[in-house]
Amino acid sequence: MSEPHSIVSGDELPAVHTPPMRETAVELVGVHKWYGEFHVLKDINLRVHRGERIVICGPSGSGKSTMIRCINRLEEHQQGSIVVDGIELTNDLKRIDEIRREVGMCFQHFNLFPHLTILENLTLAPIWVRKMPKKDAEELAMHFLKKVKIPEQAAKYPGQLSGGQQQRVAIARALCMKPKIMLFDEPTSALDPEMVKEVLETMVSLAEEGMTMLCVTHEMGFARQVANRVIFMDAGQIIEMNEPNAFFSNPQHERTKLFLSQILH
Amino acid sequence: MSLTFDDGTFIRSELVTPLPPPKRNIGAVAWMRENLFSGVLNTLLTLFGIALLVLVVPPVVRFLFIDAVWEGQNREACLGPEVGACWPFIKAKFSQLIYGFYPADQRWRVDIVFALGAVLLVPLMVLDWPMKRLNSFLFFAVYPVVAFVLLTGGNIDLSNFMLGHAGVIPFMSGTDTVMGLNPGFWLDYVLTALVFCAIAGGILALLGGNAMSAARGVGMFFVGLGIIILMWDFDFGLQKVETRSWGGLLVTLVIAVTGIVTSMPLGILLALGRRSHMPIVRLLSVIFIEFWRGVPLITVLFFATYMLPLFLPSGVNPDGLLRALVGVALFSAAYMAEVIRGGLQAIPKGQYEGAMSMGLGWWQMMRLIILPQALTLVIPGIVNSFISLFKDTTLVLIVSIFDFLGQLRAAFTDPNWATPVTLYTGFAFAGIIYFLFCFGMSRYSLFVERRLNTSHRH
Repeated sequence: MSEPHSIVSGDELPAVHTPPMRETAVELVGVHKWYGEFHVLKDINLRVHRGERIVICGPSGSGKSTMIRCINRLEEHQQGSIVVDGIELTNDLKRIDEIRREVGMCFQHFNLFPHLTILENLTLAPIWVRKMPKKDAEELAMHFLKKVKIPEQAAKYPGQLSGGQQQRVAIARALCMKPKIMLFDEPTSALDPEMVKEVLETMVSLAEEGMTMLCVTHEMGFARQVANRVIFMDAGQIIEMNEPNAFFSNPQHERTKLFLSQILH
Repeated sequence: MSLTFDDGTFIRSELVTPLPPPKRNIGAVAWMRENLFSGVLNTLLTLFGIALLVLVVPPVVRFLFIDAVWEGQNREACLGPEVGACWPFIKAKFSQLIYGFYPADQRWRVDIVFALGAVLLVPLMVLDWPMKRLNSFLFFAVYPVVAFVLLTGGNIDLSNFMLGHAGVIPFMSGTDTVMGLNPGFWLDYVLTALVFCAIAGGILALLGGNAMSAARGVGMFFVGLGIIILMWDFDFGLQKVETRSWGGLLVTLVIAVTGIVTSMPLGILLALGRRSHMPIVRLLSVIFIEFWRGVPLITVLFFATYMLPLFLPSGVNPDGLLRALVGVALFSAAYMAEVIRGGLQAIPKGQYEGAMSMGLGWWQMMRLIILPQALTLVIPGIVNSFISLFKDTTLVLIVSIFDFLGQLRAAFTDPNWATPVTLYTGFAFAGIIYFLFCFGMSRYSLFVERRLNTSHRH
């Protein structure tokens, strides 16, 4: 974290502030959410453009995970509107499934299916949700396994892989659904320090291909390198949102300054 | 290599190469010292165990084999001062223990059912055997129908179906049959099926859904059910055998297998229902499970046999064995549901989220992700239920159904074989038979458990 530019060397990412079209991928307007009496999300307003990469940080319990989990309805919001890829999230199960097909997600604890091999983990959703023939699904799966650099693990079970490898499989699994948007919920927090890099590299290469990404992470080097915008959340609200250079070098809000001073030393 | 520990800093000059582990003390004496006599308490327990074996094993072996009588025609052979097990008694009563009072000249039908069951079950149990789908279809869908026809003789009496009962088309009810089939019934059946298809299509058309596919779905259901009833109704020329004359191991296996095969899917549905977010489904599941867990099996059997007829409309009098079967199946389904619920609760929330985030529907998620893991986790509990169900089948004795143990007790009353050792021989034999079945299930479950455990496989 002290060397933010160490993750990938060489080619610069595509120009940060000028995505070709300002199409909206995800839009949250006045979103509120409560857990019982507890007000977790307060008046969240956020528009994510297609191809944009957003990093969300903040102290634990600030609602950052809850916010991105609302986007694919793993959590239900009670007020406000969320529109994903032009489809508004309501209680309509058909729409929820439609959105989930287009939104990939990676979790802190990978959530691979331990009773299936790596290849079966990857082909499951294409076969059952996209109704793809098994052979095509396996080809697709091998393509993405090569991309995350572990095609040789295809026949193994998740329990036989290291944490970093499992998280890369999880990314490949999400990609097999050809999602338009990827959500990352602290993808490196459960990993040994030596494995963080391989996962971040995978995420960076995904960013280079123009994937729309929302990442909850504390990897500030990653944020500096690939994010178009960094969001700081605290107590269920968006406190500050800015492009990374300005965010890190010149934070405006007191709370942001305190948070950054504590994690960047 | 540095051997100093006191200077606080250290830099390794060369890496240690892996060495083979130290050899443990090997040999019988070392093994015994470690496992049998490692302490005072262990030594005492070992000695106590040996004493117990010395007390029990030799007399049992002497009774079952050494002093046992192997040849003989009647009780004379087994009378005497130092006589062990009277095996000729078992030999003489063997077919009664297997078939009960099933007519002797029809017993080949039972043999076919047994053989067919074994032929279909073995490849189903060998996990690597190909064509599991066809195999399961044959065992779970075709086999019960065939077994029913073979065992009962088929050609069931049908008068009319739903429309006839409802009095809509009274002119068709008749008892004339062609090849064992009642045309009135089948006309009624086809009309009823069409009515249901129309209703399903109509409802979906009103709701704006796909009317054709709904009607087709209902139609397929009636076609499937129709094929089964047709098989049961058709006159294959087999002699009718009332379930009253079934008995022995046949009845034990029929009850146990039916109970096992039906309690599993019912239990899964009930367990899912109890964890459902839909309040009505959850409430109904809880009521069902708690009701059946709250009453003893004997009460259930008594109720099904003696009290149910009082509540049913006159003329409707289901077969006695069928009533016991339904009772046993529902009873064990309630227990199965709780076992499976235990497995469902052990699946981390992340597995549900992983499945949902990829767009899997609820049924897909349950079938592909959650249930395979949950069921694997609770294999010991499931097999526990199966084993106790297998042994509980004996309770049908109290409603005058003579299972294996019932036939044995009936055989005891034969004065031709009244000897002091008849009782012991009979129960020893019953114990061996039950043990073989239950131990077999237990070992098989251990094998499956080990095979399906992928979470820690390295």
